[in-house]
Amino acid sequence: MTGMPRESHLMVGGQNIRVWRQGQGERIGFLAGIGGLPRWTPFLERLAESREVVAPSLPGFPGAAGHDELDSIFDWLLATRDILTAAELEGADLMAVSVAGALAADVAGVWPDSVHRLILLAPFGLFDTAEPATDIWALRPGHLPDYMCRDRETYKAYIEQPDEADPIEWKVELMRALEASARYLFPTGNTGLERRLQRITCPVLLLRGELDKVMPRSYLERFAAGVSGPATIVDIPEAGHLAELDQPQVVAGLVQEFLE
Amino acid sequence: MKMMWFHLMPYTELPEDFKEKHPSVWIDIDPKLFDPHRGHHMYNDFIDELEYAAECGFDAVCVNEHHANGYGLMPSPNLIASTLARSTQDAALCILGNSVALYNPPTRVAEEMAMIDVISGGRMIAGFPVGSPQDTCFAYGQNPSMLRQRYFEAIDFIRRAWTEDKVFSFDGRFTKQRYVNCWPRPVQEPHPPIWIPGGGSVETWRYCAEMDYVYCFLSYFGYKIAREQMHGYWAEMDRLGKDRNPFRAGFLQFIGVGETKKEAMELYREPAEYFYDRCLHVDPRWVVPPGYMTEATIRARVESQVQLAAKASAGGGPSINQNAKDFEGIVENGYVLVGSPDEVADKLREIAIDLGVGHFMLLLQFGNMSKDLTRYNTRLFAEKVMPQLRDLFEDEWEDHWWVKPLAKNERAPREAAA
Repeated sequence: MTGMPRESHLMVGGQNIRVWRQGQGERIGFLAGIGGLPRWTPFLERLAESREVVAPSLPGFPGAAGHDELDSIFDWLLATRDILTAAELEGADLMAVSVAGALAADVAGVWPDSVHRLILLAPFGLFDTAEPATDIWALRPGHLPDYMCRDRETYKAYIEQPDEADPIEWKVELMRALEASARYLFPTGNTGLERRLQRITCPVLLLRGELDKVMPRSYLERFAAGVSGPATIVDIPEAGHLAELDQPQVVAGLVQEFLE
Repeated sequence: MKMMWFHLMPYTELPEDFKEKHPSVWIDIDPKLFDPHRGHHMYNDFIDELEYAAECGFDAVCVNEHHANGYGLMPSPNLIASTLARSTQDAALCILGNSVALYNPPTRVAEEMAMIDVISGGRMIAGFPVGSPQDTCFAYGQNPSMLRQRYFEAIDFIRRAWTEDKVFSFDGRFTKQRYVNCWPRPVQEPHPPIWIPGGGSVETWRYCAEMDYVYCFLSYFGYKIAREQMHGYWAEMDRLGKDRNPFRAGFLQFIGVGETKKEAMELYREPAEYFYDRCLHVDPRWVVPPGYMTEATIRARVESQVQLAAKASAGGGPSINQNAKDFEGIVENGYVLVGSPDEVADKLREIAIDLGVGHFMLLLQFGNMSKDLTRYNTRLFAEKVMPQLRDLFEDEWEDHWWVKPLAKNERAPREAAA
């Protein structure tokens, strides 16, 4: 799809964690959404034109193990925080997508100095019984891509097996990534974050694809209303849940504009 | 050979257009479809049927656990088992089971099962399924990624609660209880037999071998589908150095007995089609949430799919249709074994030997089968099939995993209510 990032590995909490980096300049951390980061993307490449993009893998997502050691949201927060610190992202800007948004928001709230500015794209972490988010763990087989991107082929290409990968292990890795997010979000996606939102004092940019079939816009409005720092919501036309895959240039432009 | 009469307790009056108008029999089945007035009769009929089976001489009656399910009206199998503990005399009470990962602390399961074992005078078999993903993850909201860890811990907890001779502390990963003290204590020593219903994962086979528990292959799809699973199970037992005692294993089969095969084909068509077409109408969105299946099982399934595809492309693929809805297909594929008493007995003997199973769990009521037909099927089986199979394996192998009830002269006398 794009040029390859530089890869390194860190030992964090006894687990081998893959970190991908690209670009130079002020550092921004990136935590990927549903399915993790199976490959580098045009969005990250575009972002890396002006920043050093650092994308560590969270436990259980492609590039890192250890999700089955984490039982509570407290375990997950400590793991996320330790990984961000080890990847030299302490105090840096941080972007997180979808399922990772719940963890990034909590890290920013629990350790306010650890995140400079926060960008959340269609973040999980809240739940509203009056307007439930789509149950991503109860989709009919083969339907996940329809919910991830405006065009299902975009997501299928994102998770397509590379030639060099073992076909069985690739399937296991993708399934493990879905399991990892279920481990801290099942069954509703509510991590109790709402009680802690007011601890978030840094500037927050909230992004959502206008065609997102997973996360209702009202969730972003509750995020914006709940945090203590300044928060802005921007809707991205012609984009689904993983809007950075559908509209890489637009999303990268919005992030750069927010950070300038 | 142990022959055990199994009831799923299906709601027998799902409308004819159920499949067209409703997405699923499970999880989001329309609550308005349940008529409590009709349910009153169904439950009482079902309990009558279980009691009748016990009177007819079946070795055990079996109950199981489902939630938000139109073909399984037993969210609490313990409730049904407790009534049977009073109303039956000799049959074992096989509870298959309690999905123990759903109950925290699992103390309640240990206590209730101990009560049933005591009330029944030591006739209870404790089945502990991990539970279907529909029941556990969707109907009960359990985390699929932690379900098995919780499950194994809960079984360990219950076993200790039944066997420790002192009050103890349990400091598990999921269950923390400072004082564990199961009153009452079960009758059976060291504890009631533990059976593990499973779908065919290698880990479950190994677990059963390690813990000396019975492995039960419970599927609605009959003996043909079971061959590969049970042969795999025994190959694993060989590898682990365990003997091939058929009483290590159990297997479920739907049965329809008539005086002749022709009669049986006429009698059981409607209830079989009701079950396989209407009752198994499950929305595929409720199939397997990520994390429910272990990575080892995913690997094995992907590998076997690759092998199946290779076989199929070479023209040697399996011929068993796993989705038959019409009665001819249901019988042809072995989901329901139908025939005269001699035909059914011959086939069951062949299946028992081929699969190496000493415990048959037999569904002689299925779908919307009427109470009269259920009794007919049960009686024919008990009178004409059971005697032909009774001796199988019993001389050669000992069933170490069967109940150990109190002697009859030690049991409480039954007195009619004043």
